[in-house]
Amino acid sequence: MQFNWLKISAIVLLVYAVVGGLLLPVPELSQLGETIRNLYYHVCMWFAMMILYTISIIHSIKYLRNGKIEHDIKAVSYAGTGTYMGLLGYATGAIWASYTWADPNNPAYASFGSIMREPKLIGAATALLIYGAYFILRSSIADLDQRARVSAVYNIFSYAMLFPSIWIIPRLLPSLHPGQEGNPALNFNDIDARMRMVFYPAVLGWTFMGVWITTIIIRYKLLTEKKWTNNEK
Amino acid sequence: MKQGAETVSINKQTALNTFNQYTSLLKKELLLETRQQHTLYGVMLYVASTVFVLYLTMDAPDSDTWNALFWITQLFICINAVAKSFLQEARGRMLYYYSITSPVVFILSKLTYNVILMLLMSTINLVLFTLFMGDLTTSFLQFFLISLVGAVGLSLVFTMLAAIASKAMQQASLMAILGFPIIIPQLLLLVRLSKTAFSEIFNQGVPTQLVLLLFALDILIILMAVILYPFLWKD
Repeated sequence: MQFNWLKISAIVLLVYAVVGGLLLPVPELSQLGETIRNLYYHVCMWFAMMILYTISIIHSIKYLRNGKIEHDIKAVSYAGTGTYMGLLGYATGAIWASYTWADPNNPAYASFGSIMREPKLIGAATALLIYGAYFILRSSIADLDQRARVSAVYNIFSYAMLFPSIWIIPRLLPSLHPGQEGNPALNFNDIDARMRMVFYPAVLGWTFMGVWITTIIIRYKLLTEKKWTNNEK
Repeated sequence: MKQGAETVSINKQTALNTFNQYTSLLKKELLLETRQQHTLYGVMLYVASTVFVLYLTMDAPDSDTWNALFWITQLFICINAVAKSFLQEARGRMLYYYSITSPVVFILSKLTYNVILMLLMSTINLVLFTLFMGDLTTSFLQFFLISLVGAVGLSLVFTMLAAIASKAMQQASLMAILGFPIIIPQLLLLVRLSKTAFSEIFNQGVPTQLVLLLFALDILIILMAVILYPFLWKD
């Protein structure tokens, strides 16, 4: 068994994050109420997404350096799980926004246009669109090596462009989203001490979970790959 | 001592040689443009008809709409103008380049050529835009300069994307898909910056900061192109 410690800690941390996240005391804020507990799930998804994308880039760089197809498989698998986490981040965010930001006089979907203009949402949408394009690019190249190389180049290039955009856009547009000057909840001062006790373990837990899922996908893909190459022989 | 002097002269010679390669590749691109005029006129016609369609579908836009429409047309013109730079290179010709030059020189010449092309197209676009839609800016010169800064950034990004897309099928449409998410921050910066030309009040120093930010992005793109293009180059 590979990464045993990772799986065990993922389970322990997530059990703690779910039970503790629902039961431990939280600060009482009139606007947020109990929805503040969503911080443990919503924000963690974005953290996990960015960490998984970063791992994907590292594998893309490794692929360009040594040309082993294994690194390409790892890069695409991490990008896939990252995108999945991003979609979950949107889902949890949508639930949260429908209780806090949406106009209560209209149906929740009527507020969609004004909510989507949030800089944080633009950043997240940009990341998801980039990886959507990454998968389209992969599927439109038939040759295995070329696909790996070209998509690795796009992966690195777009990541290098994404980071300035995540840093720039929030400073250009007005925002309701917490954490105006950078990354929400990362700053030591914007989060209550009681919440930190659950939040940091939750981030680790969800990230480990993402990595675990990805390692299973990678194993499966490597096996299929092996089967194909064996059949050809 | 003598050997040292020799290596220096050799280094100088290779640097000179690289520069010569760069200029002759650039010259070839420009020459090709004057020989195959249909592509150049094609892009110009694209600019003209886009602006004309906008003119017919919109009458009297306010300055925000004017600004947004201008940058959207800029974006589409850039995709069309830059797309051909790699798509028109046949496989055999790429092989020929492969034998005579290095990837870094090649991509630098492409970047330069596309910047020149896009500066021209951007100027034509702005002239037609003001002609048809009216001049809503309070400082036309300022807006003109901002549009040139924008043209440089757009053409750099899309040159790199054209290089990537040229390796795949359905190249032209793929370029737009690959490019739109990446260009968002730059486009937002440009739209924001160009509001100075519509007499919106900014805090002191903010416009300069935005321009510097755009140039920093340009440098980042050129660096990434120089680092990454050699990997696309080998086939």
